Amino acid sequence: MTIGRTADDERPILEVKDLQVGFTTQNGVVKAVDGVNITLYRGQSLAIVGESGSGKSTTAHAIIKLLPGSGKITGGQILLDGVDLTAKSEREMEEVRGTGIGFVPQDPMSNLNPVWSIGFQVEEAIKANGIASGRKAVKARAIEVLKEAGLGDADRRMKQFPHQFSGGMRQRVLIGMGLAANPKLLIADEPTSALDVTVQRVILDHLESLTRDLGTTLLFITHDLGLAAERAEQLVVMYKGRVVESGSSVEILQNPQHPYTQRLVAAAPSLASRRIQASVHNEQQEIEVDHADDSAAEVIDLLSTAEARAEAVEAASHKEPAIVVEDLTKVFKIRGSGNFTAVDSISFQIARGTTTALVGESGSGKSTVAKMLLKLEDVTSGKILVGGKDLASTTGKELFNLRSRMQPVFQDPYGSLNPLRNIGNTIGEPLQVHGVGTRATRRARVLELLDQVSLPSTLVTRYPNELSGGQRQRIAIARALALKPEIVILDEAVSALDVLVQAQILRLLADLQAELDLTYLFITHDLAVVRVIADNVCVMQKGKIVEAAPTDEVFDNPKEQYTRDLLDAIPGASIELAS
Amino acid sequence: MPSKTTNLPHFVAPVEETPLVAIDSVKVDEKPSNLWIDAWRDMRKRPMFWISAVLIVLVVLVAIFPSLFTAAAPNNNCYLQNSNGGPTAGHPLGFTKQGCDVFARIVYGTSTSLSVGILVTILVAVLGIVFGAFAGFYGGWIDSVLSRLGDIFFSIPYILAAVVIMSVLSQYRNVIVLALAIGIFAWPSTARVLRAEILRVKNSDFVMASTALGVSRFRILVRHVLPNSIAPVIVVTTISLAAAIVAEASLSFLGVGLPSSVMSWGNDISQAQTDLRTNPMTLIYPSIALSITVLSFIMMGEVIRDALDPKARAQR
Repeated sequence: MTIGRTADDERPILEVKDLQVGFTTQNGVVKAVDGVNITLYRGQSLAIVGESGSGKSTTAHAIIKLLPGSGKITGGQILLDGVDLTAKSEREMEEVRGTGIGFVPQDPMSNLNPVWSIGFQVEEAIKANGIASGRKAVKARAIEVLKEAGLGDADRRMKQFPHQFSGGMRQRVLIGMGLAANPKLLIADEPTSALDVTVQRVILDHLESLTRDLGTTLLFITHDLGLAAERAEQLVVMYKGRVVESGSSVEILQNPQHPYTQRLVAAAPSLASRRIQASVHNEQQEIEVDHADDSAAEVIDLLSTAEARAEAVEAASHKEPAIVVEDLTKVFKIRGSGNFTAVDSISFQIARGTTTALVGESGSGKSTVAKMLLKLEDVTSGKILVGGKDLASTTGKELFNLRSRMQPVFQDPYGSLNPLRNIGNTIGEPLQVHGVGTRATRRARVLELLDQVSLPSTLVTRYPNELSGGQRQRIAIARALALKPEIVILDEAVSALDVLVQAQILRLLADLQAELDLTYLFITHDLAVVRVIADNVCVMQKGKIVEAAPTDEVFDNPKEQYTRDLLDAIPGASIELAS
Repeated sequence: MPSKTTNLPHFVAPVEETPLVAIDSVKVDEKPSNLWIDAWRDMRKRPMFWISAVLIVLVVLVAIFPSLFTAAAPNNNCYLQNSNGGPTAGHPLGFTKQGCDVFARIVYGTSTSLSVGILVTILVAVLGIVFGAFAGFYGGWIDSVLSRLGDIFFSIPYILAAVVIMSVLSQYRNVIVLALAIGIFAWPSTARVLRAEILRVKNSDFVMASTALGVSRFRILVRHVLPNSIAPVIVVTTISLAAAIVAEASLSFLGVGLPSSVMSWGNDISQAQTDLRTNPMTLIYPSIALSITVLSFIMMGEVIRDALDPKARAQR
């Protein structure tokens, strides 16, 4: 492609200068974005990367002036094609939105109104931007927009409602709406975070070719460094409301300068599980010299965790299995439409002291397996043996005792702790329920558990809402460990966490496994995490295990097409990194 | 295409500007806080809370120690020679046609109104919590039976039901019977509120975690689900206390409430209506007492609701 450099090309399409955004709270104004600078030229793509609370989404929302009620731009300039948006009134902004800047929101599930048909909502967007007038023209354009967005049978699907669309299709609709008026700039706020990896890949490929064909400049927000580097030429790394590093994405990945970026690169599972490991080692030593304080200890080296586990597996493979699952099937009766087989005669074994990952996309039945193992869901047919005992025939007192040997950690750190019970009572509950020890020994055990998950003992009297997601997940792990179980079932236990916290929890899990000889069943949708935590992998698709093998074998030599698709969809895997 | 990527400036912020902090560090010295502690901290700052709290305390004091507020005798404070008399020393609000001290009657009537209110509230709360909690938590046929039962009671307006009950039981008109008559038909709305909340809470992960620990169903209900569902019930209950006081006054006014020998605001208002033209204040004063009491409980309910639901507050 040959594009001549014109005057238009020289001027950035978007220039953010020293942007400041504050939120009014009970304790005064809190700065969410503090002096952010972004320069983006026509036809380029830029990704803002950061963890939750870094101000990345706030920056994006400030650019189209869609900040929530208590938020306000308190300083700086936002120049779109040379025109300052901060000075514009709400009315003038309405003109800019859609035609000047398109926006694709994060959650495709909640951003389409469930009571209106897809066609109605797309037509509404088209009318609002004044792209077409007249009923027929609007409808024709709506079909065109949806076709562009990758919905082939658009004319037929126009009359359908959001609930009849899958997550991926809804996101296509939202992308189509964002691009309907051919905006100069498209802002996508975590456009695929709620989607399965394979769907994510297709959607991002499509978004890329669409913006290229239309000449739209793309700015997107993500928490995934690998994804950002793969999809954007330019990277802006944000931390605590500031830009800590920006520049060409390849350069930043290969040569991160700011200690925070180094941390991120080291901890990103999609990158770390591949060839970046060697360079992390070097980096870590450098940092130790530069910042001898706490930061060095925080750089997480996933390689050493992986190595430590490899030894443990070798020893464990000779012992009797902790869990045996044979021909396990679960059929749900669905009102009106017959039966749905969520789990379809699967079999696997987990050796004591090892980790088996159950990987699959949403709807693959992986969480149902976890619930059946925990006896929270009845088995339709098949057998589950825990420590040689058949789970189906275990009831009453025996089941009560068995429960103490097998404990879960769930996905949502905000839902898995009772918000009205303090941390001490929460961790102590298993001991109390099972009548372990006296009040004093229980208290001592709670403190010991807090220490095991590296949390200060002062947390005993505190409540879950004061803690971060990662800390809550530690509490959940401590509660799971209270009765000294042999098996821990981790159902998407790190999926909701920021990468750095995720890496920290993964390390904690690995340490605890080595220390307490735990058996993990690790359920996840994220293959990238699997490599750093699991010894064996079972890949699930539509209720069936399609591939089961040791982790390295699955990654190096996948047998099934589906596994290959999943592996290819890990963002950032294809990026060359200098060692 | 000119490769712009290579000549992009590589910007690195000085480390001092955003010093790294430990990943996921704990704020060690913060005070414990949960929904209730936060709500209390929030309420403390609101004038409306303090105004309604002072009024409620005052009403309760008057109800328990009426003799501290008036020198008039509790039983027999009506002397015909004072008929329709104006305010005098010790009798600040004047007299009714029967020569009764208006202020003294209001003071002694407080305990009647308040006890009806409290008794009804206790009844409504107990029935509502039991029915709502069991229906919501256990589901299935228990839910069907309990919810339909609630619907039956709900379909009859409780004032109408109370009128009928009190007319039938005309020999047994006293505070307890009146409270039962009002409360027996007023609980379904509380049960519905709680049931909906329990349906939401019982699917939480922490309930699943407790089940996996081997905690019994009933203990999960009492320990984990109920405490997390009770907030809206408290709001509804506070407001239902006000409604019960109004109901008592309405029934007494209609002549099916408490017998006229019992001092209550409803009876006072009822008796004063005949003298509305000649001595309107005899009707207005007890009405004011009723309004202030009802208003302070409703205000308290509003404050509690706002404190328990910060989201609703932020949107205003």
